[in-house]
Parts: sequence; C-alpha cells; structure tokens
Amino acid sequence: MTTFRFVVAVMPRAGILDPQGRAVEGSLPHLHATQVHDVRVGRRIELAVEAADAAAARSIVDRLAGELFANPLIEAWRVEPLGEPVA
Amino acid sequence: MRVGVVVFPGSNCDRDALHGVELAGGEPVALWHEDPDLHGAHVVILPGGFAYGDYLRAGVLARFSPVMQAVRDHAAAGGLVLGICNGFQVLAEAGLVPGALLRNASLRFEHRWVRLSVERTDTPFTRAVPPGVTLRLPIAHGEGNFFLPDDELDALEARRGVVFRYAPPEGNPNGSARDIAGVIDRRGNVCGLMPHPERAAEALLGSADGLLLLRSLVGSALASAAA
Repeated sequence: MTTFRFVVAVMPRAGILDPQGRAVEGSLPHLHATQVHDVRVGRRIELAVEAADAAAARSIVDRLAGELFANPLIEAWRVEPLGEPVA
Repeated sequence: MRVGVVVFPGSNCDRDALHGVELAGGEPVALWHEDPDLHGAHVVILPGGFAYGDYLRAGVLARFSPVMQAVRDHAAAGGLVLGICNGFQVLAEAGLVPGALLRNASLRFEHRWVRLSVERTDTPFTRAVPPGVTLRLPIAHGEGNFFLPDDELDALEARRGVVFRYAPPEGNPNGSARDIAGVIDRRGNVCGLMPHPERAAEALLGSADGLLLLRSLVGSALASAAA
C-alpha cells in the first residue's frame, strides 16, 4: 500500500451567502485596503489515504468530498494531490 | 405512545424535548446516538443543540452517527421524524428534508421570540393547531437561513412542502428564502423546523404554543397505531 496525500478545497457556490467573506471584506477599510474586493472564504482539508494506486485513493477522496466535506447544494470543491506518494 | 429523543454529543435541548413529550402525553425515551436501535420508539425527535460542536457544517457529522441509519429506516417505513433547530440541520444534511441552512443573514446568532404562520394544519406535525392560528416560539441559532435554488423553491411550494413561515410582527429573523421556517418531506412524515416548540411547551416558559406541535406528533402516532 502507498500513502497518497490530498487537499480538498471547498468554496461557497456563486451567489450563496458567504458571511465570512463579507465580514473579512468589511474589515478591509481598517487596513487601508479599499482596492480589495470579492473576498470569499472557504475551507481547506488535507488528508492521507492508504491505497494500492492513485486512482483508488482519488476515488475515496472524491466520495468523501461530496458526502462529507462539502454540501453539494451550497458548496463547490476541488480535489488535488498534495506532494508525492509515499510507499 | 413512545417518543424517542436522540442524544448526540452536543445536543442541549434533549431534556426539554423529553419533558415536552411528557407534557404532550407521550412516553419519552432518550436514544443515545451510538446505539443503532430506536428501542420501540413510534416517533423520533432530533433535538436542538450543537451536535459534534457543529464542526465542518452544522448537522453534517451527526448525520453519520449509528442511530441515523435506524432513523432513516424508520422514516423510509413511514415513521414520523421531527427535527428541531440543530435536528433540522441534521435532517437537511442527511437529505431527509430538502434545503440547506446557511449562516444567518445578520451574521449573528439570533435568539429571540418569533411568530410563525402554520401553512398546513393537515400534517401529522400540525394537526392539533387550529386553522389560522399563529404560533409564538423562540429561536436560537446561528445557521437557520433556509436555502434552496429558486426552481427548487418553486417545486417545494408547489407540492406544499412549506409548513411554517416567519410572520409579522417580528418577521424573518435569519434571511430564510420566502420566510421559510419549517418544511416537510415529499412523503409527509419527516419535518424540520428552526424554532423550538419544546422551549415553549408550558405557560411558565412564556408560551405554550409549542405544545400544539408536540401534541400533534403524539396524537398522530396514536392515530396511526390505532389504524
């Protein structure tokens, strides 16, 4: 078995209320950064999977991403490998 | 009539719900979330609180507790399930009722009394509510902002899936789409709402309106057992 590491990046879907992004954006004038806008805050999940190959590892992460890490109704996600596999 | 109240780690309205069930004439039984058995409960309540600390998203981790398979089976067999506040969030995450509950539009935890219009009194959850009566119930949540895409909201309305709406004078406290405070599943036996009937189940608590909902639940279970 090999250890595969992944990162799952979860973001609120376009048009969905993103209160964290809004709150962060609201604080920007205090930092004199009024030229900054469209702030959105999401979530990053890192994990390691034991699997025979990269495809098997990936399919496990894909399933978890849609069932657990993100709510497909309100969030979009992206899965990417993180670093090199470790045998 | 045995009414099970699921206790998740972080539930905090479980005792109120058990007490409310007793006031409504039911036999309350606490169901530990790790036990995949409903212990003969005819009705299941998922109570309010902060199951699993609301980590990741409110309700999502509770959805995978062992008891939830039994709750799913119970619902699939036509059994009644009521989710209150965090319990509504669990049902929504589990896909047992439609929608998602986003952060309140105010970005604040909202805890206050609201007024609810009861859109349907022909459900097992509202049958004891006299037609035209509005309910005064408390809310206490950070994520109660009901969301569905517009086309799905239309479909929900068309099938009369909205059971409760926030009404004047207090109005919508959290930005919920179309003032929706509670919904029912397609089949009509799983209901979720954000306000807390169990916290308004006797006059001492400031309102006894919630008892109408708990009585509906117990009465419906009795009626279906007799049928």
